[in-house]
Amino acid sequence: MKAAVIVFPGSNRERDIGRALKAASGVEPPYVWHTETELPRGTDLVVLPGGFSYGDYLRCGAIAARSPIMDAVRAHAERGGYALAVCNGFQIACEAGLLPGVLARNAGLKFVCKFHHLSVARAGTAFSGEYQPDEAIKVCSAHGEGNYIADVETIAKLEGEGLVAFRYCDESGKVGGPANFNGSLNDIAGIYSDNLRVLGMMPHPENLIDPLAGGTDGLRMFSSLVGAKAAA
Amino acid sequence: MKARVTVTLKNGVLDPQGKAIEGALKTLGVEGVASVRQGKVFDIEFDGGDKGKAEAALKSACEKLLANTVIENYRVEIGG
Repeated sequence: MKAAVIVFPGSNRERDIGRALKAASGVEPPYVWHTETELPRGTDLVVLPGGFSYGDYLRCGAIAARSPIMDAVRAHAERGGYALAVCNGFQIACEAGLLPGVLARNAGLKFVCKFHHLSVARAGTAFSGEYQPDEAIKVCSAHGEGNYIADVETIAKLEGEGLVAFRYCDESGKVGGPANFNGSLNDIAGIYSDNLRVLGMMPHPENLIDPLAGGTDGLRMFSSLVGAKAAA
Repeated sequence: MKARVTVTLKNGVLDPQGKAIEGALKTLGVEGVASVRQGKVFDIEFDGGDKGKAEAALKSACEKLLANTVIENYRVEIGG
C-alpha cells in the first residue's frame, strides 16, 4: 500500500495519519504539499487529513478543495484509487465533489472533542475488512462542523446502495439518539463513494492505534487497507 | 464598479448561529423578533464597468466557490 498524505495550510493531523499508516504497513507515507500538481508515482491511497485548512475561512474545506493538488486527487479517485478523508479532509472531499453532501455547523453549536463509538454500517470494504457488521468501534472526534447534510435524493441513494460507512452509536452499539452529538442526518458519521474506494468520515480512526492512547480500533482500518492492497 | 454577493442558508437548513443570536436578542429584550437567519456578505470591486460581464462572473464565482448550493442560496447585486 503506497500512501500519500496531502497537507494544506492549516492541516494538523497529517503526522497522526502518517503514524497510523506506519504502524499498519511499516512505511511512513510521503507528505504532499497542496500546491503540487501530481501525486507520487504509484500512489494507491491518498489521505486528506484533519485540521483547519485555510482556517476554515469561507466554509470549512472550501478553499482547500480548490487547491492545485485536488485535480490530481480527483483523477486518482476517477481511476479507482483509494482515498481516505478524515474530519477536515471529509469537509474538503465534499466541497471538492468527491463525495456528496456537506458538513454543516454542529446542531448543538459547540465544538465537540471526545471519545465515542461508531457502528460499522458497511463491513467488507477495503477500509472495513477487519470490522464486523454493526460492530461498535471506539474512535475520537474533534470538530465544530460535522453535521452531515444532503438532499433527500442523496440520502435515499446512500441508504439504498449501502454507501453509509459508519453511524454514531453508543458503547453498546445503539445507533442515534444522544450518541448523534452533531445532528447528522440518519446519524451518518461516514460515507463511501459509489465504487467504495473513497471514504469520508468525521471521527479520527488515527487516534486509536495505541492501547496507551485509549484503544486500537482505529488501527484496524489502516491494516484493512494494507490487507486489501495485498489481496488485490 | 461595486458588487455585493449575499449568501444565506436555504430555508429548512438548521442555522444554529441564527438560533443563538435569536436567543440573545430575546434575552436583551429586543421586541417582536420572530426568528433570525445568519448569512455572509461579500463586497467585491470590479475593474471596468460592464454590468453584464460582472454579473456572469459573480454567478460563476458563487457556483464555484462563494456558496455551497447544497445548503446555501446566493444573491448578486451590482451597484454603480
